[in-house]
Amino acid sequence: MTMLAPYRSELRTGRDGFAQLLRAEWTKFRTVRGWVIGMIVALLVIVGIGALTGANSECGIQLTPTSPSLACPAPPTGPGGEWVTDSFYFVRQPLAGNGSIAVRVTSLTGLYSTHGVVGSAGGSPTAGMTPGVQPWSKAGIIIKASTRQGAAYAAMMVTGSHGVRMQWDFTHDVAGQAGMVSAASPRWLRLSRVGDMITGYDSADGAHWTRVGAARLSGLPSTAQAGLFAASPGYSVNTTSLGGGSSKGGPTLATGTFDQVSRRGAWPAARWTGQDLQGTMDPALSASAQGFTQAGSRLTVSGSGDIAPATGDVDTIKKTLAGTFAGLIAVVVIGVMFITAEYRRGLIRTTLAASPRRGRVLAAKAVVLAAVTFAAGLVAAVIVIPVGERLLHENGNPIPPVTAFTWLQVVAGTAALLAVSAVLGLAVGMVLRRSAGAVTAVIAGIVLPYLLATVPGILPVGAEQWLLRVTPAAGFAVQGTLTQYPQVNTVYTPGTGYFPLAPWAGFAVLCAWAAVALALALFLLRRRDA
Amino acid sequence: MSDVVHAEWTKLRTLPGPGWLLLAAVALTAAVGAAAANAVTCPPGSICPIDPAKVSLTGIDLGQAIVAIVAVTVISGEYSTGMIRLTLTATPSRWRVLTAKGAVVGAATLVTGAVAVLASVLAGGLLLARHELTAAHGYEALSLANGTVLRAAAGSVLYLALIALLSLGVAAAVRDSAVAIGVVLALLFLFPILSSVITSPGLHRHLEQLSPMTAGLYIQATTNLRSLPLTPWQGLGVLAAWAAGAMLAGALVLRFRDA
Repeated sequence: MTMLAPYRSELRTGRDGFAQLLRAEWTKFRTVRGWVIGMIVALLVIVGIGALTGANSECGIQLTPTSPSLACPAPPTGPGGEWVTDSFYFVRQPLAGNGSIAVRVTSLTGLYSTHGVVGSAGGSPTAGMTPGVQPWSKAGIIIKASTRQGAAYAAMMVTGSHGVRMQWDFTHDVAGQAGMVSAASPRWLRLSRVGDMITGYDSADGAHWTRVGAARLSGLPSTAQAGLFAASPGYSVNTTSLGGGSSKGGPTLATGTFDQVSRRGAWPAARWTGQDLQGTMDPALSASAQGFTQAGSRLTVSGSGDIAPATGDVDTIKKTLAGTFAGLIAVVVIGVMFITAEYRRGLIRTTLAASPRRGRVLAAKAVVLAAVTFAAGLVAAVIVIPVGERLLHENGNPIPPVTAFTWLQVVAGTAALLAVSAVLGLAVGMVLRRSAGAVTAVIAGIVLPYLLATVPGILPVGAEQWLLRVTPAAGFAVQGTLTQYPQVNTVYTPGTGYFPLAPWAGFAVLCAWAAVALALALFLLRRRDA
Repeated sequence: MSDVVHAEWTKLRTLPGPGWLLLAAVALTAAVGAAAANAVTCPPGSICPIDPAKVSLTGIDLGQAIVAIVAVTVISGEYSTGMIRLTLTATPSRWRVLTAKGAVVGAATLVTGAVAVLASVLAGGLLLARHELTAAHGYEALSLANGTVLRAAAGSVLYLALIALLSLGVAAAVRDSAVAIGVVLALLFLFPILSSVITSPGLHRHLEQLSPMTAGLYIQATTNLRSLPLTPWQGLGVLAAWAAGAMLAGALVLRFRDA
């Protein structure tokens, strides 16, 4: 009697690691024709809409309703490559080599017009203007590489309502003494140059000096232009009611009085020269309103304009990526179907029989989906950004230059935004198990808040910013390249391209939504029957 | 025909999904409208460009998405379960099936929309009055006795019904519910996003005139009507044309393709 050994397959047991699971999910993805086509469609619509936008954008300057739009002039660029406004009244002398300048400021006054062009033919250029100083009206001393627009500079100044400030190279701003300047409480300001270092000091009595800040102006020539200046940004009322927030106003003028001016070092010119540095994007104020007067040691300087980064409603790279929304709708549909199709066909039972550890199935699906979407998004962004920028440029819409790091942030951020949105779709699809409901929940959760927040005139600005902080639409902050500067008073709303959150903070909000949805999906996948 | 409509009504009535979704549409529409009305502020002493009716009816933006789910599942649900074959066996005339579905979904949306709009207008009226944005302060009176507000309110109900028909038509044409709802939401949301970035005046205007959502929602405008590229009823007409086009496409696909 022989014992029959039970049958054992000669085949080796297959490995059931995570890599095998990934391969299984990848096979499922690539063999469904509709999903592959959907990904390609997502890629193509992003590129197509970007090109369409680029080719059909005109700059908004129209002199009369019937005249053709004019090309927008590109503003000058500052030392950091950013767009700047460089417009002020400069009372200057060359300063050869190291040296310093110190002044006592006894007053800062101003005039403003609430809208439009002021002055009348033959009359005073400031006729009709109201006395009043703007919060960021400024007067003080400045050392500037040259009088070229956008040249490097460092300045100490008194301001309308932000005390003494030291500012340099347009984007840097350090606070000095607080409080308004007046004859009863004058301010002493000093700038001293050693090599390419410029240090700013302020003082309330002319004897005890406090260092406010130090700026290294690389490439500062040995002979720089130094002297006094006054500038005053346009009057602005930020309407924050419905209508998306608008800034409107007219030109303003600031006048600073300096009753003591002392210089050290080599100042080869014997006398002061006045010059109106005028930018291209300033509210009109007749040049004759600006100027300076000298009486003994007392100098009075009047100027208009601003020395600051250019802000406001400018087009950015984000504009070339308008198709992201179309791509996002496509990848969310695919993400949802990646799971709901399994439930509809009953494939989920095979999947879970083959891999009983359900958490790993969900993880493998998420990884495959995210990787494919990221790749498609990356290709789309890399193609559409240069194409869109070029088309915008050809149509007279210059785009502010960005650093390589920011460019990478926008490209990788857009791809990651699409990938995380698709995973959010997958997770919500798993929770709801219904395609239509899941697709709507995700798209209405991402696209609708963005639409409500950025199309002006639907919601008040406060609500717009709130939407872009808490909803998944916050993720679109990765496409934002504009910086908000506290020293520039303008309308910082989603409608004008300013997100309330920093790029990666906004993206983190979207990731948090995806993580919560995935956790819920995992919980339900383990608890429910398939 | 009334039998077909009755059958469709029974299908809609006896599924748990549509009832809850329509209830959610009412709640969310009213809630978003109330939140928007509550968020509106205007600095004292100034007149802001606020359209009280439009603000109160902001919730339609979200409500339409839920109405679209219901309309899409009315037909896509049948394809996913295979029920469509039974339906078409019982009623071989495919035109009649689609017409009956349209009538039932349209009627259900009209009722839901009326409740949602009424709740939005009432909530908006109460909340805007708290911010002193009333007729006494120079704003359009938010009352159904006011002809323009009545037009905005009734128009919004019609808007929702047309969105339902648009979704039904698209779903009949593409069949899969995820793809159908994706197409519907893309049609609704992409036009406003495109027209906000395309600044070329001619194309910008055409996009606004063509957009089913932007043009359709002109029906909610009660102030500054001259600045709109279309009159309110023309705008609703654009959406009606989209809905008719989608229904026709759906009917043709239903007629000439195997179920």
